[in-house]
Amino acid sequence: MQGMAEISIHRRIWADRLFKGLIILLSLCSIVPMFLILFLIVKNGISVIDWEFLTHLPKPIGETGGGIANAILGTLWLIVLSFVFSVPLGVFAGIYLSEYRGDKLAYLTRLAIEILQGIPSIVIGIIAYVWVVMPMGSFSALSGGVALGIMMLPVVVMATEETLKLIPDSLREASLALGVSFPRTIMKVILPAGLSGILSGILLGVARVAGETAPLLFTAFGSPFMNYNILKPINSLPLTIFNYATSPYPDWHTLAWGASFVLIAFVLGLNLITKSVTKKWKVQF
Amino acid sequence: MNHTIADVAVPTARSKITLRNKWSVSEASFRRILYLAGLSLLILIVAIFFSLVVASLPALRQFGFGFLTGKTWDPVRGEFGALAFLVGTLMSSFMALLISMVFSLPVSIFLGEYFRHGNASTFLKSVIELLAGIPSVIYGFWGLFFLVPLVRALEVKIGVAPLGVGIFTSSLVLAVMILPYASSIGTEVISLVPSDLKEAAFSLGATRFEVIRKVILPYASSGIFAGILLALGRALGETMAVTMVIGNSNFLPKSIFSPGNTMASVIANEFTEATGNLYLASLIELALVLFIVTMIINILGKLIIHKMSARK
Repeated sequence: MQGMAEISIHRRIWADRLFKGLIILLSLCSIVPMFLILFLIVKNGISVIDWEFLTHLPKPIGETGGGIANAILGTLWLIVLSFVFSVPLGVFAGIYLSEYRGDKLAYLTRLAIEILQGIPSIVIGIIAYVWVVMPMGSFSALSGGVALGIMMLPVVVMATEETLKLIPDSLREASLALGVSFPRTIMKVILPAGLSGILSGILLGVARVAGETAPLLFTAFGSPFMNYNILKPINSLPLTIFNYATSPYPDWHTLAWGASFVLIAFVLGLNLITKSVTKKWKVQF
Repeated sequence: MNHTIADVAVPTARSKITLRNKWSVSEASFRRILYLAGLSLLILIVAIFFSLVVASLPALRQFGFGFLTGKTWDPVRGEFGALAFLVGTLMSSFMALLISMVFSLPVSIFLGEYFRHGNASTFLKSVIELLAGIPSVIYGFWGLFFLVPLVRALEVKIGVAPLGVGIFTSSLVLAVMILPYASSIGTEVISLVPSDLKEAAFSLGATRFEVIRKVILPYASSGIFAGILLALGRALGETMAVTMVIGNSNFLPKSIFSPGNTMASVIANEFTEATGNLYLASLIELALVLFIVTMIINILGKLIIHKMSARK
């Protein structure tokens, strides 16, 4: 009897150790792809990056060299457009949600945001096609901005709501007690207090949409030229990567690695900056 | 002679000027603006749904429910049946889910139970967060140049047509992509397990493994399920990475190694070339199906999580 209990205790202890080891092993395995991806992109991409690559237009097949200046500019343009479409509306909707927490409409709005967040990006692309490209009759940077704006909207709303919820009521009450009107209290007291949180939400939203390809396939469409007109097709970094990576030409694959390096540096950089900024400026009450 | 408050508190010219600046809109109209902003999001969702329905009407009228069970997708003859894409989507997503679970569950346990704080946890957490930040086109690119040759070698070894691309390859890429979603929610619900429950089990002499298996996992199971559900929602709608490695074939896949197409990838592939109303409408109907399915999955997943966090 005694012996059997001993054995089973040993077995249990070993099972415990084995399990812990397995968990650690599998957890470590799950981060391997991350390093493989980064390694491959840095290895193949960094040698492509030079001044010409960043500042020149792409060249036709057969000619070596050429750059991705139009894609970089296009991505920046699209970010500006999506910012315009999402931030004002998103911040106001976020204020609404934090001010009217118990409202029936607030509940439905919150539901709408959760649905919006889960919509596949390709579906958003189709919506922007139906709403903007079809009536206008052509692909355009504007339609791409609409698509990315819709994608960014839930991120901005949620960041605003979450941040404003953390601001203590005493701040608002102090302001109102001094005779400051409700609109001024919101705009001059509550919003500035939550600025860092909202800003980091916006940056995360930008990082999210900067890498999106699917919604741009039939909205911004891509273009080999420098384009400043928002009513014309425009290129973006992810589109460039997609087009070059799926082409049969090794020259273009090289360019795609370079473009991937630029994109990933931008997106991950933005993520890291946001995180450190949030930590530093975090609203503390 | 009684002075009323009103007599005394007449605003001077000076105070009028200071009041009249940017945010002197009346409270009522400001509240109306806020209300409209909230309402507009609701309208946006409704408008998206109805736009998709209206734009896919020609296909809805022509095929009805047969659209989802039709086996042929032949744009030239104007025949559109989405069964091949439905099967492709389900196969790739569920396989990705299975592969991903093998890793996301251990990561959840690692972060939610074994190493809740400290350097190891911070490191793993930030790497997984970075994984979520990588654009999907880059996953596709990596899959194309790293996974496809590997899968091809595997296919040579087991004796199937060595295409490299196919449903299996796309599942691998998807598995990596959805790992952060499943594991972050899993971590959250595992760390929500009340410590008095765990301590009670420990005090009865249970080992940590037994506590995890008999107390933590059962308690957190509905939340873990919700995380897997939300990850599934991601996988179903994922487009670019899948498009690049799935082989883009419009026939019913015969095995997990055959090339195929998902609903999202066929839209990405054919939308700009779609000629004719019916073709376009059929593709938009695929988007409508995706929209409805992901909506249901997301609402369900969030519901379970809300319930789970309310239980505490």
